[in-house]
Amino acid sequence: MFQVRIHGRGGQGVVTATEMLSIAAFDEGRHAQAFPSFGSERTGAPVVAFCRIDDKEIRLREPIMAPDALIIQDPTLLHQVDCFAGLKPDGYILINTNKSFEELGLADLIKHHHAERLCTVAATDLSLKHVGRPLPNVPLLGGFAAISGLIRLESVIKAIEEKFSGKIAAGNIAAATEAYNIVKAEMEAVHA
Amino acid sequence: MLKQCEGSHAVAEAVALCRPEVICAYPISPQTHIVEGLGEMVKDETLADCEFINVESEFAAMSVAIGSSATGARTYTATASQGLLFMAEAVFNASGLGLPIVMTVANRAIGAPINIWNDHSDSLSMRDCGWLQLFAETNQEALDLHIQAFKLAEEISLPVMVCMDGFILTHAYERVDMPMQAQVDAFLPAYEPRQVLDPAEPVSIGAMVGPEAFMEVRYLAHARQVQALERIPQLAAEFKEIFGRDSGGLIRPYRCEDADTIVIAMGSVLGTLKDTVDEMREAGHKIGVLGIISFRPFPLVAVAAALKDCKRFVVLEKSLAVGIGGIVATNVRMAVTSMGLKGYTVIAGLGGRAITMKSLTAMLDKAGRDELDLVTFLDLDWKAVNKQIEREKTHRKTGPVAEALLRDAGIVGARNY
Repeated sequence: MFQVRIHGRGGQGVVTATEMLSIAAFDEGRHAQAFPSFGSERTGAPVVAFCRIDDKEIRLREPIMAPDALIIQDPTLLHQVDCFAGLKPDGYILINTNKSFEELGLADLIKHHHAERLCTVAATDLSLKHVGRPLPNVPLLGGFAAISGLIRLESVIKAIEEKFSGKIAAGNIAAATEAYNIVKAEMEAVHA
Repeated sequence: MLKQCEGSHAVAEAVALCRPEVICAYPISPQTHIVEGLGEMVKDETLADCEFINVESEFAAMSVAIGSSATGARTYTATASQGLLFMAEAVFNASGLGLPIVMTVANRAIGAPINIWNDHSDSLSMRDCGWLQLFAETNQEALDLHIQAFKLAEEISLPVMVCMDGFILTHAYERVDMPMQAQVDAFLPAYEPRQVLDPAEPVSIGAMVGPEAFMEVRYLAHARQVQALERIPQLAAEFKEIFGRDSGGLIRPYRCEDADTIVIAMGSVLGTLKDTVDEMREAGHKIGVLGIISFRPFPLVAVAAALKDCKRFVVLEKSLAVGIGGIVATNVRMAVTSMGLKGYTVIAGLGGRAITMKSLTAMLDKAGRDELDLVTFLDLDWKAVNKQIEREKTHRKTGPVAEALLRDAGIVGARNY
């Protein structure tokens, strides 16, 4: 079972992101379970949502406490919430930022992690460029497909088309594709 | 057809496949997405010949449901928590009048303190209201139980609540197999009411009944629920024939053969329990799970049969009978009267407290050694509780309890001004 936890703020599409991730995994014939950390969400308040992916039925209903991957939609949360709690030592981290891990003050944390599993992408900028709104959730899914290899970019695009239509869908597909390519290139740079 | 969707939307689609004629509802979390989904389907006419009635309260929702059901219309509504309490008087009337309304209860805690998260306090508070109560383990089962519920309700002329864990199921995206309209039509015949309000043939429904016949009317309601104990497993079998899967029934045992310890629960926590039991089995514990699907009528005989070879049972429930302990546990104890079993009650998950495999494993391990207290509150923060008890011993004006505990927990906004 692969477990993903997404941290963000109310209004950034955190819950929608896990739902779309589950749709993408379903499209690839896998079992997936997405659920929010329920609460009376308010715009700007910290929000957490979860997604489990497996090849068999998922029965477990507890919150994800030891994730295999973290997507952090808002780097300002790093000072407010223990985003990294329980992350597995070989886990993936994808952060929406135009800074490096060192610039975010995470140099100590990443010493113990696989470099090729850590990535940043300026997803808000990509969303502004392609959709015209600061919604980093969908481009981050493109980035997640690239860093984890768990789902294909095509499945993310299918999930986008299921959730959105017209110009919004087209913009999000462009943003997700660009994020995918950026993260791919970053990973190749690490390997080189 | 397999699809990945939110539990609420799966239920909305399933209800639509049952061809309801009247849907009336008042929004309350975590039920709202269900009736919103149905409202959209009525508006865009994917759900034809159905009237969606917006009402001003839950009391009105159930009152309208009573009226429409009495005219012979297949009637559906949904609610949760305070909404169910607010409609309580009409809830008793619906069953007392023998009207086969189907209602989803998206299970949620009851205040005070106000809490929007999941537990089973709401529908269990209505345990003696005369409605049947079926509990879903997964979104697939929630969807399937609605289809079975209409058939069951209309056959025996009693209303049915389909209970699904608020948020944990209603707001979870997972895979469901959505039936075809033709399958539902083959399973669920048109509603043929025993009583109809019809201007062409006027009757009155709802007579005042004095001591001369009141007990008999009440007994007949009880007898109809007892009759449902036979019908529920039959319906599950008929359902399997058409839809090809196991859903519903009275109880669902899992790895109970040769089990010394059997843990009993209702709803979505059964999934977490099954994973826990698999792990504990690997470590050599002889342990199984018994899911109760039909809470009303309560399957006394089936539960006794499922427990007959174990040494002890643990009832894990998301409800609290303040002043005695468990609600489900009390019912289970009734089933095993004079069987000589050790029984433990574990109250868990109240107000949305997460129920984790780690805590379940530790608790069940203790139960297996017969070291568990008779009533246990899983993962209770004793430090917080004792601090408040101490405060109340030493001071008179301690103020409101909820606010004091929030302050101790460091919750922003709970400051004492």
